[in-house]
Amino acid sequence: MRDNVKIMTGNEAAAVGVKLVRPHVIAAYPITPQTKLAEMLAEYVENGELESEYVRVESEHSSLTVCIAASAVGARVFTATSSNGLLYMHEQLHWAAGSRVPVVMCCVNRGVGAPWSIFNDQQDSFSQRDTGWIQLYCRNNQEIIDTVIQAYRIAEQVYVPVMVCYDGFILSHTKMPVAIPAEEDVSRYLPPFTPARPLVPEDPITINPVFFPWRRDNADGVSCDGYMDMRLKLDKAINDARQTIQEADREFGECFNRTYGGLVWDYRNDDADVTLVSMGSLASEATVAVDMLREMGVSAGVVALRSYRPFPKEELRSLLGGKTAVIVFEKCMSYGNGGGFSSEIKTALYGMPDVPPCHNVIAGLGGRNVTPADIAEAVTTARRSIDGGLFEETYWLGCDRN
Amino acid sequence: MHDNIFKINEKEYVLPGNRACQGCGLTLAYRFVLKALRENTIVVIPPSCLCVLHGLYPTTSVTVPAINTTFAGNAAAASGVVAGLKALNKPDITVLSLAGDGGTYDIGIQSLSGAAERKTDFIAVCYDNEGYMNTGTQRSGSTPLGALTTTTPQTKQDFKKDLVGIMEAHNLPYIATTSPGYPSDLYDKFVKAKRIKGTRYLHIDSPCPPGWLYPPKDTVKISQLAVETGLYILFEIEDGKLRLTGRSRRIGETGKRIPLIHYFERQGRFRKMSIEQLSQIQKWVDTRWEEMMRRAS
Repeated sequence: MRDNVKIMTGNEAAAVGVKLVRPHVIAAYPITPQTKLAEMLAEYVENGELESEYVRVESEHSSLTVCIAASAVGARVFTATSSNGLLYMHEQLHWAAGSRVPVVMCCVNRGVGAPWSIFNDQQDSFSQRDTGWIQLYCRNNQEIIDTVIQAYRIAEQVYVPVMVCYDGFILSHTKMPVAIPAEEDVSRYLPPFTPARPLVPEDPITINPVFFPWRRDNADGVSCDGYMDMRLKLDKAINDARQTIQEADREFGECFNRTYGGLVWDYRNDDADVTLVSMGSLASEATVAVDMLREMGVSAGVVALRSYRPFPKEELRSLLGGKTAVIVFEKCMSYGNGGGFSSEIKTALYGMPDVPPCHNVIAGLGGRNVTPADIAEAVTTARRSIDGGLFEETYWLGCDRN
Repeated sequence: MHDNIFKINEKEYVLPGNRACQGCGLTLAYRFVLKALRENTIVVIPPSCLCVLHGLYPTTSVTVPAINTTFAGNAAAASGVVAGLKALNKPDITVLSLAGDGGTYDIGIQSLSGAAERKTDFIAVCYDNEGYMNTGTQRSGSTPLGALTTTTPQTKQDFKKDLVGIMEAHNLPYIATTSPGYPSDLYDKFVKAKRIKGTRYLHIDSPCPPGWLYPPKDTVKISQLAVETGLYILFEIEDGKLRLTGRSRRIGETGKRIPLIHYFERQGRFRKMSIEQLSQIQKWVDTRWEEMMRRAS
């Protein structure tokens, strides 16, 4: 089988991926840098390449609402957004997860206002961390098209919505060679969606009514969930999705000869003293920095989170335990508490006998350029500070603190 | 039009013993709405009195399928149901969005306007109890001038929004106003709406005993007084052509309206209404009737 390789941007890769999974319903509202994806899907629908109901909604709140409701009646659905668009969906992100609908959404990562920035960082999806979605981050355009396809496999098995995150402009508007999977192979990998209990007139249930805090009997005397029991089930589903994400990636490999490490991937990490941890295109950039560092005599490696939720705790413990230093590079902040996910890396390592010191570098907010040389230099600075005992926990790359 | 209540569908879809308040105008109306639309209906509900009426998990008092959504998203959720059913090739299911005045006039107006502009094939209903009644009678964009609410303790100083006018500006194929005081008029309008394609907007005047401060037994009387005083007008607009219906048609013919004071004096919410507010409303009603008569002729 020869791959059909085309040179395309990340948004184009996502659009082709969506076309291959043939969603019944697409709803989208334009926002930079997601727009090209929404436009291409509209073109596919208009020219007959894709048979979907495309709802051109009046807001992001509505685009996700359309997807939730269409999914409830049994449709496969897709939407995409960025930045403040994602924030505007916030209420519906919780609603989608609580409704247990297998919505798939692309988040084309962009900094959030105020002040306005159209450029990339990951504050948008990071800030929606606790909404009950699975979040997967892509390192390049090939991973975008493949992860979109995998996302439907995952969502439709565990009934948890999946957010496929990729960096705005750095990936969304940058062309790379991408192998396009054959339609018949995608159909084999991803069977048609058969919803567990769609909303139909023959089965007059009420979806998402008011719940009591406690369990309650139904008319037949069967004990039914209270609110808290439903929430426990959501948490369990996301935790169990670790297995599903790994299986989806492995079976994708069997069909298409490409895998992405399931929950995490690593680069030259086995014999590394210092490990750089990151997500998305920044992790990809870090691999180049690691090569440079190795030439300089620093034994460095990379560990990247592909799945941010569920959080790959066990994998991080085995990949990072015993290192002399862990340096987390991140494009998101938990203001007043350092980098967005470095605190979670530390939590994951808590209680290990050989827990490494963990340094945290904030990089590339609002699209500030981060080169491999910048990353390599940040690593040497961090090591100096760790070795010299002047441990500065959070370091803003390319910013003068004073 | 039915002149005869015995022609109405006998089947019940809103079961007795539901969680609505005693004397709830919405419940009276909803019973006839579902009788008109029948089994093949999916209802979309925002957090509201209707959400409470439908019951607490795992029991429901309504025998048609329903999906609850968020306050701002009701018409968008209806759009999603419509798009999903169309894509799955399931025609002939009526999609009914039923929101209160808060979910229609205020927080829900964006998604409703969007859905109407896209000609979404659904019935959008506002059951108008003129305030946030489910949260304990706060002011909404629909609360009338002179009414007390918990957030307008010295009465509301502004007129209610003309939502029917706003919906008419969307160029809809069917618009109607209804009242639980006139069930056969309401029933006929929903039967007609069901047969029409596109976005249909129906308004229900929904008296609310705890919010409007009157005895629950008076709901039908209050509904009828709203119409008989000319404050609330029963009409329908088909493809831009307005027609008065039922009791309002007779008012149009005879020109005889009961004085407004008979409507206001029965409700505690108007006890602080000033003479000036009353005359402002009287002027508004008179102007509105002139306009109605001009359009209906």
